[in-house]
Amino acid sequence: MSKIIMAVDDSASMRQMVSFTLKQAGYQVVEAADGRDALSKLDGSGVHMMLTDLNMPNMDGIELIRQTRANPSCKFIPIVMLTTESQAERKQEGKAAGATGWIVKPFKPEQLLAVVRKVLG
Amino acid sequence: MIESQREAYRAEAYDLLAELETSLLALEEDPGDMELIGRVFRALHTIKGSGAMFGFDDIAAFTHDVETVFDLVRNEKQGVTKTLVDLTLRAGDWIRGMLDESDGGAMDSRGSEITSALRELIPKPDSPARQVAQTPLPAIDDEQVEKTYRIFLRPDREIFSRGANPVLLLYELRELGECSVIAHTEAIPAVEDIDPEQCHISWDVILTTRRGIDAIKDIFIFIEDECELTIEVIAEPGPEDDDAPPRRIGEILIERGLVSQEDLRVALGAQRRVGELLVDKGLVEPSRVESALAEQEHIRAVRSRHQKEEQTSSVRVPAERLDALVNLVGEMVTVQARLSQTVASMDHAGLLSISEEVERLTAELRENTMSIRMLPIGTTFSKFKRLVRDLSGELGKDILLVTDGGETELDKTVIERLNDPLVHLIRNCIDHGIEPPGVREAAGKPGQGTVQLAAMHSGAYVLIRVTDDGAGLDADAIRSKALEKGLIAAETELSEKELFSLIFAPGFSTARQVTSVSGRGVGMDVVKRSIDTLRGSIDVSSQKGMGTTITLKLPLTLAIIDGLLVEVGDGRYVLPLSIVEECVELTREDLAGAHGRHITYVRGEIVPYILLRESFAITGNAPEVQQIVITESPGGKVGFVVDKVVGEHQTVIKNMGRAYRNVDVISGATILGDGTVALIMDVPKLVQGVEVLESLAN
Repeated sequence: MSKIIMAVDDSASMRQMVSFTLKQAGYQVVEAADGRDALSKLDGSGVHMMLTDLNMPNMDGIELIRQTRANPSCKFIPIVMLTTESQAERKQEGKAAGATGWIVKPFKPEQLLAVVRKVLG
Repeated sequence: MIESQREAYRAEAYDLLAELETSLLALEEDPGDMELIGRVFRALHTIKGSGAMFGFDDIAAFTHDVETVFDLVRNEKQGVTKTLVDLTLRAGDWIRGMLDESDGGAMDSRGSEITSALRELIPKPDSPARQVAQTPLPAIDDEQVEKTYRIFLRPDREIFSRGANPVLLLYELRELGECSVIAHTEAIPAVEDIDPEQCHISWDVILTTRRGIDAIKDIFIFIEDECELTIEVIAEPGPEDDDAPPRRIGEILIERGLVSQEDLRVALGAQRRVGELLVDKGLVEPSRVESALAEQEHIRAVRSRHQKEEQTSSVRVPAERLDALVNLVGEMVTVQARLSQTVASMDHAGLLSISEEVERLTAELRENTMSIRMLPIGTTFSKFKRLVRDLSGELGKDILLVTDGGETELDKTVIERLNDPLVHLIRNCIDHGIEPPGVREAAGKPGQGTVQLAAMHSGAYVLIRVTDDGAGLDADAIRSKALEKGLIAAETELSEKELFSLIFAPGFSTARQVTSVSGRGVGMDVVKRSIDTLRGSIDVSSQKGMGTTITLKLPLTLAIIDGLLVEVGDGRYVLPLSIVEECVELTREDLAGAHGRHITYVRGEIVPYILLRESFAITGNAPEVQQIVITESPGGKVGFVVDKVVGEHQTVIKNMGRAYRNVDVISGATILGDGTVALIMDVPKLVQGVEVLESLAN
C-alpha cells in the first residue's frame, strides 16, 4: 500500500507541484491550505508523513508541528518543513517543535523526493 | 516545468498582488497592525518562494529584497513608513509587469531603482540571508579516493519524538559503500524499566567509500544537533597503508579513547586475547570490543580486495600499439640477421659474442612480443554457448555445446577474424546438421544433439574442429544440387571428399527451406574465403546419419615464424620449421638408382619427394650432394629436394604484392640479413600442385 503524505502550504501552486511530484512517485497525497486546515484533516487520515510550509495564515507551520506531535497517532511520523531560505532561527524553532527535517525552497522535484525517501524509508 | 503549473502560479501571484495592495493601503492607515504586516510578508514570501519553484527566477530575485525589508518590519526592527509603503506598492506593480510578460521579463533600470531604494532601508545591505540564498548547491557526486571512516552515532533518547528513524540513516550509509555496523546495546534498560519511545542504542559504523566526508555528514543533517556524532578517517588508500600490519585490537581501542595505554599494558601481562581480558576486567563493554574487532575485519576485507584488484590488474593497450610493436620487432629481427651475417664474415671474436648476445635477446623479445598478442580461444568459445542456446530454442531443438581446448592460444588477429566463420559453421550445424528431437529418437540417437567445438595445437598451426552428431552430409543430395546449380558437369566423377568440398562453392545450399538461421547459401563460401585470408585451410568429413566434422587449420601467428632457410639455385627459400622433421642427403647415385621415381627410403619408410629445381624450373646443374628436407603434413611425409640447407631463420612474414597473388605455392616473403629476399613456401599447396600434375600425367 502506498504511503500517505500530507502537503500543507498556503500557495496553491506550491501544493500542486508538491502533490504532482509525490503522486508521480507513487505516494498518496492529502492537501491542506494552512495549519488549521491540516489539523482538521489529520484525524483518521492515517498520514505517514507531513510536509509543511512555515509561513501560513490562520495557523503557521511551527504551531502545526507542535499540535501534530501532540496527537498520539502522529507522535513519531516524519514532519518536514518547507523553508524559503535556510534561516537558522526558523529552522531551530521548527526542530524544537518536533520537525524531523527541512527542505529549502526553491527545490527541484528530485530533491523533494530524496528528502521524502530519506525520512520515510 | 509543466506549463499548467506555471499558469497556476501566475493566477495565484495576481491574487497575492491584489491582496498585497489592499494590505499595504490598510497598513498606511494603521502602521502598527501586526496582522496586516504578517499578511504583506506572507504574500511577498509566497510570490518569491513559488516564483523560484516555477522558473520565475527574476521575480523571485526581485521580491527577495522587498521580503527582506518586511521581515525586518515583522520583527519590529524597522517601522512602516510612507516611503516603504510607496516603494512596496511600486514593487508590486513591477512584479505584475514581470508576470504579464510571458517569461517574466528582464529587469530594467526601473526595477533596479526600486531594489536599490529598498536596500537602503535595510541596515546591513548584504544580509546573511541573501548570501545563504545564493550559495550554490554542493555537488553530490564528487568522486574521491576511497577512504575508510569510523562513524560513531548516539542519537538523543528523544530522537523518535522528532519523527526521525536512525535505522533509515544506517541504510543510507550502506548505500555509500562497504559498511560494517555494530550496535551498542548495553544502554538498553531492563524490560520493566524500558521506555519504548526512547532510543537507547548507539552504533559504530565502519564505512569504506569514495564519497567524501561531506556525503556522510549530509546523511545526518537532520539530526546533527540531536545526536552525538563523530566521523574519523581510519584508513586511506596508498601502498604504505595497505602494506602496514593491520592494527591490533588494543590500538584501536586506545585510539577510540575507550581504554588507556596503561590499562592495555596491564591487561597484556596475561597471555589471553586482549579483547576478552579488557572485558573481563570491566574496562570496556563487550560490544565495544566487538566493534573494534569488526573494524579490524573490515579493514582486512578492504585490503584483501585491494590486493585482489592488484593481482588481476592488467594494462589495456590499444591494438595498434601492439601491432606497431610487432612491426618494430620484425624490423629488429631483420637487422639482427644482417648483423650476424656481417660479423660472421669479419673474424672478430669480441664482436661475435656481442652479436650472439643480440641474437639471443632478439629471439626472446620476439617470443615475448608474440605472446602478448596471443589470446586463449576460449573467450570466443564462451560466446557461442549463448548462440547455441538461443538458436536451438528458436528452432525447437535440444542442443548441447561442448567445448574443448579453450586454453589454446592463438594470435589476437586470428581469433578476431575467426569469429564470423565459426558463427556460420555453428549455425549450419544447428540448422542443417542436428535433427529435431523426434527424428533423432526415431533414428536411435539421443534426443539431445551435441555440437563439439575443439581447439588443439598441431605444429605451427591450430586446428579447430566443429563436430556435430547430426544427420551428416548427403553426398547424393550435394551431387544433384551441384548439377542443378551447374557447378559440376553431369559426367564428372567425384570422390566423396571432393563432393563435400562443394559445399564451400559460392551459391550452394542444400537446405530445402530457407530459414532465418541459415540456408541462404552464402555462409559456407564466406567461411572458406575468411579462412583463406588467414592462410588457413578447411576440411570436411562426414558420415551419413552420424554427423559432420569441419576442421579449420590456422597458422598460430600471422607475423613472425621460425623458418628453415634453404637454397635452390640462386634463390633462397624458407620452409616453416614447425613442419620440418629432418634433413637427409640425396646423392646423384641415389637419384640414378631410383629409376625416375621420386622416392627415397628413410629408415625403412618410403618418403616421396619433390625436386624444387624442377618445380621452380631452375636451370643449371644441381650440386653433387643435394639435401632432402622431410616435412610432416596431414597426407604423410613429403621431402623437398634443395641444393643446400642454410639453417634456422627467424622469419618476419611480409605479404607478396598484388602481382603475385596467384602464385599459391608461395605464401609470403622475408628479408634476409644481406638485404635479399627469400620466398616462404606454402608446403601443402606445393604438395597439392604436384599431386594434380601427376594425376594429369597419368
